[in-house]
Amino acid sequence: MAIADVQEYCHLTDTDVEAIGRELDAIRERVEQARGAADAAYIRRVIRTQRWMAASARIGMIVSSPLEPRYRRPILAASAISLGLAKILENMEIGHNVMHGQWDWMNDPEIHSSSWEWDTGQPAEQWKHSHNYIHHQFTNVLGYDNDIGYGVLRMAREQKWHPVNLGQPVYNALLAGLFQWGVALHDLDLEAIRTGKKDPKEMKRQLRQILKKGRNQIVKDYVLYPALSGRQWKSTLKANATANVMRNVWAYLIIFCGHFPDGALHFTEEELEDETRAEWYLRQILGTANFEGGKLLHIMSGNLGYQIEHHLFPDLVSNHYAEISPEIRALCEKYEIPYTTGPLYKQYGQVLRTIHKLALPNKMTSDDRPPTGKDVTIEHGRLHHEDRQERRTELGGWSRTKEGARG
Amino acid sequence: MFAELVSSDTRAPKQGTWERVRKGADKLTTPLLPDDYLTLLNPLWSSRELRGRVEKVIPETDDAATLVIRPGWGWRYQHRPGQYVGIGVDIGGKFHWRSYSVSSPPKRSGRTLAITVRAMPEGFLSDHLVNGLEPGTIVRLATPSGDFVLPDPPPAKSLFLVGGSGITPVMSMLRTLDRRDTMSDVVLHYASTTPERMIFRSELAALHEKHASLTVHEWFSDDQGIFDLAGLDALAPDWRERETWACGPAPMLDAVEAHWERHQIGDLLHLERFSLQLGTDGGEGGAITFRNSLKEIEVDGATTVLEAGENAGVGMPYGCRVGICHTCTVTKINGTVRDLRTGEEFNQPNEQVQTCVTVPVGPCTLAI
Repeated sequence: MAIADVQEYCHLTDTDVEAIGRELDAIRERVEQARGAADAAYIRRVIRTQRWMAASARIGMIVSSPLEPRYRRPILAASAISLGLAKILENMEIGHNVMHGQWDWMNDPEIHSSSWEWDTGQPAEQWKHSHNYIHHQFTNVLGYDNDIGYGVLRMAREQKWHPVNLGQPVYNALLAGLFQWGVALHDLDLEAIRTGKKDPKEMKRQLRQILKKGRNQIVKDYVLYPALSGRQWKSTLKANATANVMRNVWAYLIIFCGHFPDGALHFTEEELEDETRAEWYLRQILGTANFEGGKLLHIMSGNLGYQIEHHLFPDLVSNHYAEISPEIRALCEKYEIPYTTGPLYKQYGQVLRTIHKLALPNKMTSDDRPPTGKDVTIEHGRLHHEDRQERRTELGGWSRTKEGARG
Repeated sequence: MFAELVSSDTRAPKQGTWERVRKGADKLTTPLLPDDYLTLLNPLWSSRELRGRVEKVIPETDDAATLVIRPGWGWRYQHRPGQYVGIGVDIGGKFHWRSYSVSSPPKRSGRTLAITVRAMPEGFLSDHLVNGLEPGTIVRLATPSGDFVLPDPPPAKSLFLVGGSGITPVMSMLRTLDRRDTMSDVVLHYASTTPERMIFRSELAALHEKHASLTVHEWFSDDQGIFDLAGLDALAPDWRERETWACGPAPMLDAVEAHWERHQIGDLLHLERFSLQLGTDGGEGGAITFRNSLKEIEVDGATTVLEAGENAGVGMPYGCRVGICHTCTVTKINGTVRDLRTGEEFNQPNEQVQTCVTVPVGPCTLAI
């Protein structure tokens, strides 16, 4: 089965598909040409704002610690919220997008995909592998895209049911609250470790990276800053924990709304065969969902409300997604391709419904999304690097030391 | 001066207490550095990337200007007279890098650094530096480098052959001799198209006034034509015994080099070329040097930089291999590569390139 056989595409001729590809390439080219001083000023402004928010939150917690409770408490609360928002902004609009290479065109080594390290548990290098490469190249392809349920949740009916899935509502809540640590382990591929398929050397290297990054994150938020707050160490610790949870839940929510609402389809590996660039574009549109909202909501979600635009052009600057979104939508209408979007609450509602329905065997629930194909079932677990297209076995090619980049 | 950029590995020989405190504080700012927050207060308070603030832009001639730059943290006033420095300027949101000779002498007092730039025809960056740079602009700097330097103490007898803006590294040397009061027997032959375009003309006259041992020959090629090197015999009959520094346009340097070779005194000659942009036009493909892996490979114009690296046995990072994911991005230190998708050429030093969709155009060096 090729992608043209997917029901949503059946009406498209090869010429149509190529024409869509050309139109999307043209949009891409236009945005590339338009990038300039205003965009550079935008990302620098966001970064400056984020750093001021983080710095004032940290300072606020420390200087408020000797004050009377009636002054201390409001400052503490404001600081916790400011820190949470700073972490959200850093992870979403700054870190995620910088690591996609969206800002590499500025030729600024301080804002560059090769040297950016973000304020979360996962080391940047592993994120760039699991997200930029695996997820963006194999978007929503069953058995390939590890982001379908993150190896924790059953998010596609084609994934075989197991009694363990009954706990999905609980796993889901845990994943939301501890999202940064779930993401931190994502590229390790626990499934591969369990089945003994993971290269032990690579596993050790990745684990060392994760431990080092995780230790730095924990020491900062739960040891050093509380210690600087003296007798109020407990309040600072709680405030930092609140900020981290805020960020975790928000990041989880935004990311889950990208590919799990009902309109986002799954694909099978047959669709990958001889996939052209235009077909890859089509798969991105069909496998992805947007959500609607105001400008601030979009900035705080890293412009991932324009998830379709992001998946078509992952390395184009995020502040242009809003402007190209109506064009993409019009293109979809012209060729009668679905363009999935809706308010955030509705999109997440569908995600929740799927999580709970798929905790049960398929026969006990009805399907809300168009089927991927007739009787497609895949075993638990992921296909491994060796099985992927155009892969080489030695993963050492991924390792890039960060020491040089950090001076 | 336009020359090859060398990365800043040689920085920071010793650390002060303040720097150690700052480094220690990174446990509080991880994954960022304290400097990333300190730059919120003052853009020069970071040694993560060397920075400087343009304090003054002094017009020298109609088309040349001296930029006086105050370097930020991490800068060490250790350049040797004659060396060049990389300067990165943000134009249209993008950093463009070039190297220019430092024209100020090395010293700690004053806390500034000067480079003198001539706006070249088609020189998009040099034109911007001369005509478009506002005082107060923050620029990026790379550590000084280059072998075109004056030894200390200087040779007893020396000769400087200069064409046009090739005066800048020589000026740094002459100012150093003046400041250290070690001006020996120096002959400067300085060619310019017209007196008006001659940079530092009055300062050179003043230096000559001050130091009798400095002789300055001016040559104006619009009136006098190209200087014939045979004329050296009349100008400085002992030129064969003088340690010589020559800096100017490529045809001039080629002639000087050939002349010195002919007299078999090539080891007395130091050359600084304006441009190392050789081999960027014409043929495609080229030799790629992987600097950190100490590997080199010659490839044709259809082999991507990524494939070339893999063939050479370099552990290249890679991802989608179709230009989407940017996992393969590596710093190109010099040379030119062409993007297979757009045909766009990347010829800036210290530039980030996507190796999976670019091919070399002439020799290039990558930091991996």
